[in-house]
Amino acid sequence: MSNAARNLDDAPVAIELRNVNKWYGQFHVLTDINLTVRKGEKVVVCGPSGSGKSTMIRCVNRLEEHQTGDIVVDGMTLTNDIKGIEAIRREVGMVFQQFNLFPHLTILENLTLAPIWVRKMPKKEAEELAMMFLERVRIPEQAAKYPGQLSGGQQQRVAIARALCMRPKIMLFDEPTSALDPEMVKEVLDVMIELANEGMTMICVTHEMGFARSVADNVVFMDRGEIVEMAAPTEFFANPKSDRTRLFLSQILQH
Amino acid sequence: MFSATWVAETAQGCRDNPGGACWAYLFEKAPFMLYGTYPFEERWRPTIASLLIIAALVASCDRRMWNWRMAAMWAVVAVAGWILMFGGVFGLPYVETGLWGGLPVTLILSVVALAAAFPMAILLALGRRSNLPAIKALCVVFIELIRGVPLISLLIMASVMLPLFLPDGVTIDKFLRALVAFSLFAAAYLAEVIRGGLQAIPKGQYEAADALGLGYRMKTQLIILPQALRMVIPPLVNTFIGFFKDTSLVYIIGIYDLLTAGESAVKDPAWRGFANETYLFLAAVYFIFCFSMSRYSQYLERDLNKAHQR
Repeated sequence: MSNAARNLDDAPVAIELRNVNKWYGQFHVLTDINLTVRKGEKVVVCGPSGSGKSTMIRCVNRLEEHQTGDIVVDGMTLTNDIKGIEAIRREVGMVFQQFNLFPHLTILENLTLAPIWVRKMPKKEAEELAMMFLERVRIPEQAAKYPGQLSGGQQQRVAIARALCMRPKIMLFDEPTSALDPEMVKEVLDVMIELANEGMTMICVTHEMGFARSVADNVVFMDRGEIVEMAAPTEFFANPKSDRTRLFLSQILQH
Repeated sequence: MFSATWVAETAQGCRDNPGGACWAYLFEKAPFMLYGTYPFEERWRPTIASLLIIAALVASCDRRMWNWRMAAMWAVVAVAGWILMFGGVFGLPYVETGLWGGLPVTLILSVVALAAAFPMAILLALGRRSNLPAIKALCVVFIELIRGVPLISLLIMASVMLPLFLPDGVTIDKFLRALVAFSLFAAAYLAEVIRGGLQAIPKGQYEAADALGLGYRMKTQLIILPQALRMVIPPLVNTFIGFFKDTSLVYIIGIYDLLTAGESAVKDPAWRGFANETYLFLAAVYFIFCFSMSRYSQYLERDLNKAHQR
């Protein structure tokens, strides 16, 4: 699907960050972040390490707490109210760099846990749902195994399926391919591209610029806790506006 | 050991054979060591109670039992054990705890105290890691206070000092007081073992559970504790074994556990001079229990980790 052709301006807002600031002690991790993600939009976030990309998306489902500004997810404003936070987390799926599968549970149990306990779904229905998603990430034959018995790429696909089993409206990806051996990157990206083509709203922190080019509606470049630049991928890669972006792109696209 | 006297009516029979051990003495005295001062004609009751407890322990080893069935089984054992040991119903004469002794005392003390201590320990360990300052402080103070005191002083406090603080006419059974003291002591130690396991769980596990929308209780029950407890099986069993043997310290407040009953058998004037046999026998009984626990923990570790290895 061509990203340039799509018009997202009319779509409802899925995530909005307004003047978000966060400090770790004295260290200012996020400075005046403003970002709007519309329903169905795919945003790729890139930037040097320590630039606050992960911290930003982890604020969206309150794995990190921001100090000032507003974060509105699916119409709900994030506050300290734990019920509200859990309500948002039910609608926002997350995939981590280190997969974070539950090692003491089988693949199938990893997938059905949240639907059964959070969504109160009957076990049988949850298992059918889980098998459907395992087929979509192309590893239904691994259902009875434990995470430790799978390769990194397979584990990450399970992690994606686990998040999808909650039927989230939004998916967050925190460097999903950074911990993988090179030959496994593609199998994970393929699953993510399929998901994007189905119209999922996605924020993805990644250095996979090929993925950004083919899937993203917007690419965000962050440095030192700020959003330096945000543009459609064609524009972003062809005419980066700031020096910092140019420097970053020259460093990661060299080879 | 082998050129021993196996049958003798009195101690004299053994003394005639000074080169060998006196197993006849054990045949004579073992019932006393196992039952203490429990009324002679009622000894079948602690026998059944002990066998029930041992059977329930063995059944609990099977992981297929780790669900509501285990709770139900132990509830039945507790009620049956209570009725058997105390009596007073169904035409069984009442036997006060002061007369209890030997193996059932050791078993009841360790099983009940550890069973009570374990859930308490989990709550203490979780509480010590709580974000709520009041709960955290409470747990830290409890753990450090109990750990900072020798078990013996805690037992003496429970048996001597506590009654002084109770209003006139209110008495709590000595055995029960010892049980409570043991439970509290064990809880403090087990809590620190369990906390070690909690600390070993990677942050990503908490985050993954959070991100799926699991609340604190579900996250703890389904994700954190199963992994944490599995990790601390060796130190946990170590503590269990330690406490099983530490129950012998109740001799200090005059409760006749297995070891104390053995001691008084040694002092019987009619059979003086067979301390070696006594302690060998007692050591063997303790060893059987402790070694079984140790073997079981090894099996459990292997069994639980089977799935994790590639």
